[in-house]
Amino acid sequence: MAIDMRQFHQTFFEESLEALASMETELLHLEKAADDNGHAVLAPDPEILNTIFRAAHSIKGGSSTFGFAEVASFAHVLESRLDALREGRALPNRRVVGLLLLSVDCLRTLIIAARTGKEADANAIDAVRSQLEKLENENTAVAEGTKSPAQNHRPDATHWHIVFKPHSRLFHTGNDPLRIMRELNELGEMKTVVDVSALPHWEGTDPEECYFGWNVELTTRATRETIAEVFCWVADECRLEINSQPMPKLAMTSRGIAEAVASMDSHMDTLRVSVPKVDLLINTVGELVITQTMLSQITNNFSFENLSQLFAGIAQLERNTRELQESVMRIRMLPLSFAFNRLPRLVHDMSQKLEKKVELVIHGEQTEIDKTVIDRLIDPLLHLVRNCLDHGIEPPMERLAAGKPEVGVIHLKAYQKGGNVVIEIRDDGRGLQHDRIFAKAVERGLIASDARLSPEEIAEMIFLPGFSTAKTVSDISGRGVGMDVVRNNIRSLGGGVEIASEKGRGACFTVRLPLTLAILDGLSVQVGDQTYILPLVSIVESVRIRPEQVSRPAGGCELFALRKEYLPLLRLYDLFHIESRSTDLSQGLLVIVEADGKKAGLYVDDLLGQQQVVIKSLATHYRKVEGISAATILGDGSVAMILDVTGLIRLAHSGTSHMPGNGGNASSATTIAPNMN
Amino acid sequence: MATILTVDDTASMRQMISFTLNSVGHDVIQASDGKEALALLQGKKVDLVIADVNMPNMDGITLVKSLRALADFKFTPILMLTTESQESKRQQGKVAGATGWIVKPFNPEQLLTIVKKVLG
Repeated sequence: MAIDMRQFHQTFFEESLEALASMETELLHLEKAADDNGHAVLAPDPEILNTIFRAAHSIKGGSSTFGFAEVASFAHVLESRLDALREGRALPNRRVVGLLLLSVDCLRTLIIAARTGKEADANAIDAVRSQLEKLENENTAVAEGTKSPAQNHRPDATHWHIVFKPHSRLFHTGNDPLRIMRELNELGEMKTVVDVSALPHWEGTDPEECYFGWNVELTTRATRETIAEVFCWVADECRLEINSQPMPKLAMTSRGIAEAVASMDSHMDTLRVSVPKVDLLINTVGELVITQTMLSQITNNFSFENLSQLFAGIAQLERNTRELQESVMRIRMLPLSFAFNRLPRLVHDMSQKLEKKVELVIHGEQTEIDKTVIDRLIDPLLHLVRNCLDHGIEPPMERLAAGKPEVGVIHLKAYQKGGNVVIEIRDDGRGLQHDRIFAKAVERGLIASDARLSPEEIAEMIFLPGFSTAKTVSDISGRGVGMDVVRNNIRSLGGGVEIASEKGRGACFTVRLPLTLAILDGLSVQVGDQTYILPLVSIVESVRIRPEQVSRPAGGCELFALRKEYLPLLRLYDLFHIESRSTDLSQGLLVIVEADGKKAGLYVDDLLGQQQVVIKSLATHYRKVEGISAATILGDGSVAMILDVTGLIRLAHSGTSHMPGNGGNASSATTIAPNMN
Repeated sequence: MATILTVDDTASMRQMISFTLNSVGHDVIQASDGKEALALLQGKKVDLVIADVNMPNMDGITLVKSLRALADFKFTPILMLTTESQESKRQQGKVAGATGWIVKPFNPEQLLTIVKKVLG
C-alpha cells in the first residue's frame, strides 16, 4: 500500500522548528558558559551537546525521509560539525557558537521555505555552509593530534544482525529463548523483532513447541565468538546467522544515537496533550456519568419529597459540565515557553548589535494559554522586548554614570489572573521620556503644543498610529511597525496592553490576554427578531440619538455627530436585510464600537445583556460572511451571529452601507439571518 | 532461590558443586548416580539438574532420557558435566534431551555464571 508521506509533513515542520528552538536555547547556554570561562568552554556539559546534536540529527533524519533534500544536506553538515564537538574533537568557542546559531537560522529558513513552497536565499545559506565546512577541515587537523589514547585501543562497537530461528523442539531440551535473549542483551544495545510467521492458528498450536524466530539488531564491542557462545548449547537446534554490518559513522556512541532515535519516534504525533490533562478529562467524565445515574434514579420514582435532591443533582450536573468544559479547553493550552523561547536569542543578538549589556530573566513560562493566542502573540511580544532593548535600556556608560549596574535587566513574567493571562515586560532602563514623547506628538500634529496632559496620557501617546520616537530608523525598532500595531494585535486577541513608567528606573508593559479564544465575552443586541453578539472589548458606549444629529453627505453613508466627532452610522437591519422593529433612530439605540482606532455607530433595536458565548466557526459550518466573524448557540438553542466589528467599521469607513459585492441583489445577504438551521 | 540436583559419582565433585551453589543460597540435593537420582526425584520438582556423564548403575545420558520421559521434567534444564575430549558424548546428550553442558575442569565462578545463565 502506498503511503502518502505528505500527511506527516506538518508534524515534521512543527517538530523541526521546535527542535531548532531548543537548539538555540542550548547554544545560548553554551555561549554563556564560554563567556564565564574566558572564551572557550573547556569541558562543555555533555547533556547540552547531546541535546543540540539530537535536534540536528532528528531534523536530518526527518528531512531525508520526507524528501527535503536541501534541509537534509544542510543538517548533515551541521550534524557532523556538532558530532565533532560532542566527541571532544573540537571545543566550542564564541566564533563556533556564533556560526552554529547562524546555521540554526539557515535551517529554519530552509524549513520554512519547504513548508511554504518558496525558494530560500541560496547565497546566504551557502555562505554559512561553506564556513561550516571550513571549520570541519580545521577540526580534522585538530582531531589527529588530540585523539585520546583510550579511544585508540578500545575496539569499536560493531553492529550485528542476528537471525535466530530455533527448531520447534527447542523447549524439549530445557532451553529457553528468553534466556538467550537476556544474555545477548548483556552484551550491548539490542533491538529485537519477533518473527511469528510460523505461528499456526491457535487451534493447531502445541504449547510445547517453539514457533517463534527472532531478528536481533545488536550493537556491541563483543567479538563474533562471544556472541556465538551465547548460542553454543542450541547451535544444532536452530538456524543461526550472525552477520556484522559496518556501523554508520554517527552511531559510534550508541547511547546518544539510541536516544536520538527514540526522541524522533516520540515526536511523530501531532496532538501533544500531557497525560495528566487526559486523566483529568476522564475523571470529570466519570463524575458526569455518576451524576447522570443519580439524576435518572431520582426521576425514576419521583415524588415531591426528593425535589431538593433533584435540585442538588442539577447543581452537580452544572458543576460537572463546567469542569468538563474547563478540562477540554485545557487540551488546547500550551505553556507560554513556546512564545518565550524565541526571546533569549533576540536579546542576545540585539544587545550585541546595540553594544548594550542586557540580561533577560524569564518567570512563569509554564503559564498556559490557548494555542491560537500563542501563535499570534509572538510578534507583539518580540516587538515589546525589542522596544525595551532599544529605547529602555541605556548604553553601559550611561548606566554607570547614573549609578546603575552596567548590565541591564529585562524581566519577563507571566502569570494567570482570573480568566486572563498577564505578561509583564519590565526593564530597568531610563523609563519613558515624557518630554520627548510630548515633543514628538506635537511635531506629528497629534496634539496641540499647549495641550495639558497627565503623564499617563502622554504615555498613551506611544500607542497612536504613526508614532515613533526612535531618532534614526534602525532595523531594530521603529521600522514602521509601531506600538499601535502591537496594541491592535493584542486587542484582536481580546486582550489589552498598558504601560507604566518611572523616570530613571524603567518601564513596564503589561499585556493582558484571555485564556482562550473559544469563549467570548459579548453583548447581545436585538435587531428585529434576530439576536447578534458584539464582542465586549470593542464596545465603547451605547447612546440614544436624535434624528437631527444625523446627516447624509451625498454618495456616502449616514454620519452622526457625537460630541463634536462625526462617526459613520450603520443600520444593521439594512446591512443584513432583515425586518426591524423600528427604523426611526429615536426609538432604537446606537452602539458605538471601536477597532483599529476607528469608531462607528451600529443601530440596533435593543440591548439584551452581557453574556459569555462559545464561538463556533461559521466558515467550517457554512461559509465566510462579510461582517460576521463567527456564530454561537444561545441558551434557548437558537443561533446568533457574532459581529465582526473590524470588518463592519472598515465597511462603514469605505463609505457604503451595503455589503460589498451585493449590488442590488439582497438574496445572499438574507441568508445571514440565523434561521438557516 | 532455586533447588538444584547434582549427580556425580565422585564425592569431591558433588561437594564442590554443592558448596559453591549453597554459597549463593541455592538448595542442593546430591545423588551419586542416575539410579539414585531418579529415586530421589520421585514426586519432587527441581529447577535444575547437573549430571556427570560417566557414572555407575545409570549413566548421565540414560538419566537425561529417563527424566525427559517424566511429565515433571519435560522442560527442566539439565546440564551435563563433560570434558574437552567428549565431543561425541555431548552430541549424544543433546539428542537425549540435555539442555547444555559444562566443560571440565571448571572453577566455582564459571559454574555460578553458567547456573545464573540457566536460571536467570
